[in-house]
Amino acid sequence: MSKTQSFILSGFGGQGLLFAGKVIAYAGLHDGREVSWLPSYGPEMRGGTANCTVVLSDEPIGSPMVGRPDLLMALNLPSFDRFERLVVPGGVAVVDSSLVERRSERTDIAVYYIPATKLANERGLHGGANMIALGKLLRETGFVSMETLLEGLKKSMPARKEHLYPYNVQAIELGYHYGE
Amino acid sequence: MSEKLLMKGNEAVAEAAIRAGCRHFFGYPITPQTELSAYMAKRMPKIGGTFLQAESEVAAINMVLGAGAAGARVMTSSSSPGISLKSEGLSYIVGSEVPCVVMNVQRGGPGLGGIQPAQSDYFQATRGPGHGDMHLIVLAPASVQEMVDLCYDAFDLADLYRNPVMILADGMLGQMMEPVEFENQPHRELPEKSWATNGHQNRRPHNVINSLYLKAPELEAHVRDIFKKYETIREKESRCEAYLADDAEILLVAYGAAARLCKNAVKMARERGVRAGLLRPITLWPFPERQLFSHTEHTKAFLTVEMSMGQMVEDVKLASQFRVPTYFYGRTGGVIPTPEEILEQILKIAGGAR
Repeated sequence: MSKTQSFILSGFGGQGLLFAGKVIAYAGLHDGREVSWLPSYGPEMRGGTANCTVVLSDEPIGSPMVGRPDLLMALNLPSFDRFERLVVPGGVAVVDSSLVERRSERTDIAVYYIPATKLANERGLHGGANMIALGKLLRETGFVSMETLLEGLKKSMPARKEHLYPYNVQAIELGYHYGE
Repeated sequence: MSEKLLMKGNEAVAEAAIRAGCRHFFGYPITPQTELSAYMAKRMPKIGGTFLQAESEVAAINMVLGAGAAGARVMTSSSSPGISLKSEGLSYIVGSEVPCVVMNVQRGGPGLGGIQPAQSDYFQATRGPGHGDMHLIVLAPASVQEMVDLCYDAFDLADLYRNPVMILADGMLGQMMEPVEFENQPHRELPEKSWATNGHQNRRPHNVINSLYLKAPELEAHVRDIFKKYETIREKESRCEAYLADDAEILLVAYGAAARLCKNAVKMARERGVRAGLLRPITLWPFPERQLFSHTEHTKAFLTVEMSMGQMVEDVKLASQFRVPTYFYGRTGGVIPTPEEILEQILKIAGGAR
């Protein structure tokens, strides 16, 4: 595992990308690593694309901004169009294939397609596409252990939403085991 | 040890202010500082404090003057255009020698500008911002934890010197989340606020808080007294962080968010065999002049990096007394320089210096 991993998570506002980033950041914190989480803000928050950048590192983090992420989660087409070319060679992208029809032409990165939104709707996990995609990202990269990710999830949820924890776990596991 | 939490800079600084004893917050909403006001709005009523969204920035800063004059720990926050509106009040607060803390989560300007992070209010913060002979103490955090640490100190400095203290952050620091803890904060020994205009049941003469001195010699004496404090502040309070600076041939000078980007660039330069380092002013006023000057002995060039068209670069030149060349690189208007761009500048200077 490299010293520093950077993530860009992107999609429509409301898909829960910022939350997914928070889960990753808290998971990193749980592992005793340095972490930063930086959202896009402003008009992007109001229905356009929203994204956030997360960095996990074994050393103090300089820039919380990342031009070229190691890992990308793209839950809509504008996000995939914008960030696909920026993923570092050898990097990984997870794409919601229920909203992104095209396939990547890059051969130097690994791209995984998962119909996250469709799966979420089919299983009654509405709004869970973010966690399904996160499960897939975990499966393909192992950036933390499943146990650590679930700790991160627990820390990210405010007390008043605690009852939704099992649904999020279910969504993460669904993504993790997708295609098996 | 307390558990570390992930918090946005804006929220963390609000929590720190409350823990520092701030019970009065007067503000007016503006991006990208909104989370700070929102946090205060949520918390203050629960702890017996005051959160008030004023009708304007001008009103808010004058409420700060009132609460501060009564001896309370008080804070306001805004972003660049809002700070311009608060500048008149800040001058009155300096003239009245009232402590308060002001947060500026900078965005791009001039005018309404944009809402993305910038550092183009350096001149405003360090040279003014109001009219008259005045300074604010200006603190420049570079991480969420440092926003907390400096917030505690900001209240102490304000009380100690009876002068407004500005925490100069930017949209990046305000919006980003990092792990943060609130325990074990050092506190300074502070004098009683015997000057405060609070209730005393006629047990002492009335205190008067005022910034109007119509007799010129009296005003001059008053201003000279304020500037005596500023001399002490210059002597005692300037602070900076040196990162790989001791053997640096090219010393970057940057504060706040820009300093973080520079750290990446310095590392990359070192990997390419260029001895780069970073000096990060933590106090912008007073500027760490002596510390910077001491590096003119071994440094071949300074490179000032700012998210502006170049403002702090003037202080770098003055502090170095032009003993070594000072270069500048900046992006502005909410555009953030990348570490790669900064590295390119370092390599260009290194190439020329050899």
